[in-house]
Amino acid sequence: MSRSLLQHPSLRSGLIAGLVTVFLGLVGFLSAFQDDALLVGHLLGANRSLTLGTAVVLAALIWAGARAAPAGRPGWPAPRGPLYGALAGLVAALVLAAFARLGRSVDLRAIFPKASPELYDMVAFSGGAFAGEAGWELLRLLILGAAMGLLGALWQGLAPRSRRLATPAILLVLGLGVFAEQFLLVLAHNGIAEHFRGWLFLKGGGLAAPGAILVAVLAVAAGLAAERGWTPRQALARQAPARRRAILSLGWTLALALTLVLPWLLGSYHSDVLDTVGLYALMGLGLNIVVGFAGMLDLGYVAFFALGAYTAAVLTSKESFLAPCIRLVEGVCAEHMPLTGFWVAVPAAVLVAGLGGVLLGIPVLKMRGDYLAIITLGFGEIIRILAQSDWLRPYLGGSQGIAGIAPATIPFSGIAVAGLRKPQLLFYLILAACLLAVFIARRLRDSRLGRAWMAIREDEDVAEAMGIHLVMTKLMAFGTGAALAGLAGTLFGVKLTTIYPHSFALLVSINILALIIVGGMGSIAGVMVGALVLVGLPELLRDFQDFRWMAFGAVLVWMMLNRPEGLLPDAERRRELRPEGAPAAAD
Amino acid sequence: MRLKTDLTTLAMWAIGGVILLAIVIGSVATLRAGGLSARAWRDLVVFGLAQGSLYALIALGYTLVYGILRMINFAHGEVFTAGAFTAYFAAVPLFSSPRFNGRAGELPLVGGLVAALGPEHPVIVGVKLLLLLAVSMGASVTVAVLLERIAYRPLRRAPRLVPLITAIGASIFLQYTFAGLYGSNPQTYPDVPLLAGKTTVLGVEILRAQLLVIVAAALLMAVLVFLVQYTRTGQAMRAVSEDKDTAALMGIDVDAVIVRTFIVGGALAGAAGLLYALLNKQVHFYMGFQPGLKAFTAAVLGGIGNVPGAMLGGLFLRLFESVGPSLFLQGLKIPAAYQLKDAIAFTMLVLILIFRPTGILGERLGAKRA
Repeated sequence: MSRSLLQHPSLRSGLIAGLVTVFLGLVGFLSAFQDDALLVGHLLGANRSLTLGTAVVLAALIWAGARAAPAGRPGWPAPRGPLYGALAGLVAALVLAAFARLGRSVDLRAIFPKASPELYDMVAFSGGAFAGEAGWELLRLLILGAAMGLLGALWQGLAPRSRRLATPAILLVLGLGVFAEQFLLVLAHNGIAEHFRGWLFLKGGGLAAPGAILVAVLAVAAGLAAERGWTPRQALARQAPARRRAILSLGWTLALALTLVLPWLLGSYHSDVLDTVGLYALMGLGLNIVVGFAGMLDLGYVAFFALGAYTAAVLTSKESFLAPCIRLVEGVCAEHMPLTGFWVAVPAAVLVAGLGGVLLGIPVLKMRGDYLAIITLGFGEIIRILAQSDWLRPYLGGSQGIAGIAPATIPFSGIAVAGLRKPQLLFYLILAACLLAVFIARRLRDSRLGRAWMAIREDEDVAEAMGIHLVMTKLMAFGTGAALAGLAGTLFGVKLTTIYPHSFALLVSINILALIIVGGMGSIAGVMVGALVLVGLPELLRDFQDFRWMAFGAVLVWMMLNRPEGLLPDAERRRELRPEGAPAAAD
Repeated sequence: MRLKTDLTTLAMWAIGGVILLAIVIGSVATLRAGGLSARAWRDLVVFGLAQGSLYALIALGYTLVYGILRMINFAHGEVFTAGAFTAYFAAVPLFSSPRFNGRAGELPLVGGLVAALGPEHPVIVGVKLLLLLAVSMGASVTVAVLLERIAYRPLRRAPRLVPLITAIGASIFLQYTFAGLYGSNPQTYPDVPLLAGKTTVLGVEILRAQLLVIVAAALLMAVLVFLVQYTRTGQAMRAVSEDKDTAALMGIDVDAVIVRTFIVGGALAGAAGLLYALLNKQVHFYMGFQPGLKAFTAAVLGGIGNVPGAMLGGLFLRLFESVGPSLFLQGLKIPAAYQLKDAIAFTMLVLILIFRPTGILGERLGAKRA
């Protein structure tokens, strides 16, 4: 009896939602976002704002309702759906009320530093404008919970078409609200921020009600248009082939032109973020060759990034132990060398990193899967420990690292990538490197070598039986991947002008792995998307920084459980990663 | 083809040979120079044994799970953290608040008892330590079971890379969850009476905390061996690790056995966490990471999936790590050799996987499974 009650969908969903919310509160997630206004509007006689933190609590209540409601006939809520949903919301609200009650009577802060009185006000929707008696507070919270649960159940009962139309609208409004501050910064950089204040964005950040409605209406309209086949893709498909090609190439040219002016539209800060995204995308493309194409899980990829960065730093820094030699060589050959410093360091760093990849690859040739992961992780740690040690301090600078790395120059123009416009100028170098990497990755993927990698990934023994030379093929994967990381390392050194051993921690490897997995293992477009989502968004959302790694971990687990092939999967990879017999995701 | 494969084998042996040669040359040089006294060496060995028995406890968790699921539970280091960090919040009131130390009479029964015997009476200290052990094991077991239920169980039939990535994600998630829940600053364990200072056993001077760690770890391992070898649960575990499907046909509830394995591994990690905290005094949110990696190395060293192997591997690895820097790195004239301590463990992992991938005691890990 009690077991069947526990399995009741309302109770289960409500408990899960309530406990997850309490957990988010205790780790400080909710309070961190309590100052970020999402939406601001006039309600009940005063200006009120919906903060991101509150939105998360509300979303949990709605989710509880949606999860509890049984699926009915399409387009209609199931008979008991609304009841179950409201009950689930009620249960979740009860959990929150109990948590607030507990926290107010016992000081939890001795154990959980984030359990502040503000947190209890927040999860119980009391305090501030809502202060009142405890009884009323509980009643209000329960009604709110039931209402939100009901909302979730009704959402679940909506026709799939309405849901398809409403989802992008809601996501767009939320996204604009979350990143309102960033949009305003970019608009201000171009001197047009004033045109958007008041109706779209408000002064303190956050979306104004008219703007939110307009954005939602536009999104729904776009969805309706797409249903009728008015999307650019379908319009393009209707054209004659010759015309289609012309339009496509025009489109690509426009996209390229936009990318080229992008850093100047965005301003220094956002260009810098873009540079970081580009560096990670570059490393992602490299690791994608090892993990995505050849299926070898490398957790020590940061080692090659470090090798490249240190090689370039030693060759170009004013403080490096080689500096006198380099000055001498440059003094002798200056007249015969059009490119110096950075442009000599790049091939050297790529070569050293690539060789490092091959050398570290040799001992692990016979290992597979988890052993390979652990041992490469060990290599990554060894490289960092060595860079940090006093033993190599005369050469690598120990924990102080190497400072004074010479700036890069844009070739044949003599413009140094330095000064105020550095992030914008650096963007072009990184873009060029990424385009090169995409080109290499695409060509390799479709080559004989690429097919050999994929054969190894699918079954090593069969691949060997088919005559694939395992040693050469694997070492090529390690070498190519490592070379791209070396290139990224060089650019990283130029970007920061100082490198420290702690910039090359294991978490960098994990970060790159995560972006590949989110994008879709083996998929080149996926790497780009992954880098934008996992590197770009956390940089923009200031308060998110503290939760970045937690979210990465959760994203890795969630992706593996629900969508192992990633957001933009490679067709073959998806087939492999779906367990036998499991249905492929419908999209 | 044949020749080229041989060349890579040759290259691997050459790398291994160079490392071994460096170790021998370094050791000989150190011993000839006579840098450390015999007593200093003995202290290093005792320290290595105490830390090594902790590694052995953690390594058992890896080995048990690997034996059954054929996966590396990458998040096992965080299971260890969960115990040590959670027990800290029980240790603070138990050992430093006046309420439990016989100075205030708020809790008449407990307070009276403590006041009568004195807070330093062995029985009182022992009971408090057992309470801490219960808290620590409880926290670790909870995390281990949740981990299995939420992250690993749905992936039983997935390709091998998938659960491994899940485990890595879970490890990062748990680390930063502890940072969020308990704060990201290191916390210092309170002093435990009776555990401070040194004592003499069989003529060897040893820190009392180290003695406790060695004895407790030995007891726990004895319990584990009994559990695995002589109980029905242990029999079921061995059957499942041999062949899951056949075990299921024989009427063994495979999921239940797996949960039990996680409970046993978690309990050992929790105990190791508490002992680690008593020995090293400090806890922080990423404390489990390095010991986790080292313990995994130890499990591989002993032969993964092999219970006595994990114990032996833990002891051996930590002994090597503790003595190594002073023994052969100093002989090679490397300054501040202790900084390279962690690199030694990984170098050793590389050497084992090159020369004896089955580990010291392992015969179960064929080339296929590696």
